[in-house]
Amino acid sequence: MADHTEVDNVTGTATTGHAWDGIKELNTPLPRWWVITFYITIVWAIGYWIVYPAWPTISSNTAGLFGYSSRADVAVELANLEKIRGAKMVALATASLADIEKDPAMLALARAKGKTVFGDNCAACHGTGAAGAKGFPNLNDDDWLWGGSLEQIQQTLLYGVRSGHAKAREGQMLAFGKDGVLKPAEIVTVANYVRELAGLPTRPGYDAKAGAKVFAENCVACHGDNAKGNPDVGAPNLTDKIWLYGSEEATLIETITNGRAGVMPAWEGRLDPVTIKAMAVYVHSLGGGK
Amino acid sequence: MNQTVKPDDLQPVDDYGPLYAAQKKVYPQSVTGTFRRIKWGLMGVCLGVYYFLPFVRWNRGLGAPDQAVLIDFPNHRFYFFFIELWPQEVYYFTGLLIIAAIGLFLMNAIGGRIWCGYLCPQTVWTDLFYAVERLIEGDRRERMKKDAANDPMRLERISELVLKHSIWLMIAWWTGGAWVLYFSDAPTLVKELVTFQGPPLAYIWIAILTATTYTLAGFMREQVCVYMCPWPRIQAALTDEWALNVTYRYDRGESRMSVKKAAELRAAGQPAGDCIDCKQCVAVCPTGIDIRDGSQMDCIQCGLCIDACDTVMTKIGRPTRLIAYDNDINIHRRQEGKPPIYKLVRARTVAYAAIIAVVGGAMVYKLATRSLLEVNVLHDRNPIAIKLSDGSIRNAYTVRVLNKHGFDRVIAIDIEGPVNSTVHVVGADSVTPDRPMIVIGRDQTEELRLLVTAPEENNPAKSIPVKFHVTDIGLGVVASATDNFVSP
Repeated sequence: MADHTEVDNVTGTATTGHAWDGIKELNTPLPRWWVITFYITIVWAIGYWIVYPAWPTISSNTAGLFGYSSRADVAVELANLEKIRGAKMVALATASLADIEKDPAMLALARAKGKTVFGDNCAACHGTGAAGAKGFPNLNDDDWLWGGSLEQIQQTLLYGVRSGHAKAREGQMLAFGKDGVLKPAEIVTVANYVRELAGLPTRPGYDAKAGAKVFAENCVACHGDNAKGNPDVGAPNLTDKIWLYGSEEATLIETITNGRAGVMPAWEGRLDPVTIKAMAVYVHSLGGGK
Repeated sequence: MNQTVKPDDLQPVDDYGPLYAAQKKVYPQSVTGTFRRIKWGLMGVCLGVYYFLPFVRWNRGLGAPDQAVLIDFPNHRFYFFFIELWPQEVYYFTGLLIIAAIGLFLMNAIGGRIWCGYLCPQTVWTDLFYAVERLIEGDRRERMKKDAANDPMRLERISELVLKHSIWLMIAWWTGGAWVLYFSDAPTLVKELVTFQGPPLAYIWIAILTATTYTLAGFMREQVCVYMCPWPRIQAALTDEWALNVTYRYDRGESRMSVKKAAELRAAGQPAGDCIDCKQCVAVCPTGIDIRDGSQMDCIQCGLCIDACDTVMTKIGRPTRLIAYDNDINIHRRQEGKPPIYKLVRARTVAYAAIIAVVGGAMVYKLATRSLLEVNVLHDRNPIAIKLSDGSIRNAYTVRVLNKHGFDRVIAIDIEGPVNSTVHVVGADSVTPDRPMIVIGRDQTEELRLLVTAPEENNPAKSIPVKFHVTDIGLGVVASATDNFVSP
């Protein structure tokens, strides 16, 4: 294009000699510093290739002079986090359960930690919100088979229920029908008696007296004279509105016939004691704690 | 410029420009006059505010920072004299940005790029750097001569250059230094910085801003305005024909001729232009343009050419303001013998002013009426409702209470909606069981877990609206939030 030396006589600007459909391109030069800056960015990019991971190889990539990796950055961040958490976790380890719940900062920490651990370990049975399911207790309500105080919750968490741990909570709903202790007719009667205790409608023509007799002979040992249950053996209160397996007659007959023996695993040894403490506070703070 | 040019009309010339152009160094000459005085005044005010504002104190009580203007990132607070803003109130900054943008538009509608000419940091610092340069190296001609001589090995020249760049660097360094003072307690940070105990981040920011100030004001100068800044492009699209731009009144100036010739023509009763082509307007221009070529993108409307021309016109005994803040409409009107008209009040300026007034008014109103006690409520999602052993229903809520006062406050929580309901705050044993009372620390938020229980038989509806009232026991101020109470 060196042989084109002309200016556009309207603007007074030289043209580059390129023409499209009769329109000539004006040569409006870029400032030199701009071009130099552009070249510097290219050189800078080459520097980047050398000092930072850049080029893919067959199985990996070039490491770069600085040995930088984003994963290492994350590791540093996590280590810092652990350092910050460390002091707070020590406080959590030494404070009593009741004190943790009364201190807003410790409560917040325990709840945050508890919620995460709950999601990882407990949600499978109890649900993410701890609302439970049939056979798995709702932890938000005020009905506790083994007691709802902070210490009782902590103990259940540590050793479990019928978990095989030496200190596990033991207690069983016997299989009265399967083991031949009660006849099918007696089971139907006592099932209706239990429904009457809870204020639920009973089957027409059911014998309340016979039911009371069967109940007194077989059930009061665990569930108590007034059927209010006993947290020492995990016997539920039969007079309230909360039913772990259901309050329908058929369900009750099934329960009495075959017994119930749900299992809560022991977490001692699987989770560290501070975590279990945080869990106890978290579960207690869900609302149902006593 | 709507005449068409045939390709054949393009005339060949001997040299055509290179693809890349070297920066043409501008040597603005010193000038005195009205607009120069305004520029000095505004520079003093702008730099004075910028450099010294961080040292202004403002008492906010014990334990709170006493710096009038402070952006406290670690504690998520912004302080501006009597105003303290929390992160959730950044919409005030949106308002400020709207006002700033519309303010820029309004300035443009009135006086073109007067922002660029008088207030833009690039202009203010470049002006300051030019002043230093002029003081040390001399005025335009001397500087041009010294640069042209190109013998930097002379001791005198070396010392001049060293002195100039040292002062420039010092100004640049102070610029960066003042910047970091807005983000921390200024006197403390100054002490830390001079004893080399300041945070590394502060030194890094000072270094960055020293470098940018030194480069942009010392070397890039008008290149920033011409090539880097988006405002000239936006401004060109926003402007209208009534805006008062720095204008060469060619109706009066043309045709250019010497003083002597003009006097002869006038004596003969013939028309003569006032422009004597002394090029003083070009000599003083900080972007190195000739305003007589008309309104152009490089012009920052600083008005220094007006001052230069006025000086010359006074000397030759002709009326001043051959160059003035004016527009083409008036030039044409004068050519037709009509009086000029200036329309400062027109739809555009009124609309801009109205927007500024509305946004500003809304912000002031919001600031004046904003509550220093706030409550937000979030209903538990899983489980959404709980049935208790006695058959009653319980809903759990996460309640966040914000105390924006500088002192601790005792608040009571009442709820309204579900019949015969009780409230319990997890972890708090209140002395008044039916009406939980909590202490919220000064300038803090507290997140509470609230359990609301009510008998099912009293509340048969699937969902009942529930209001949370948080009452400051001391001041009697109430903040409220609404949610729902749901049955399982």
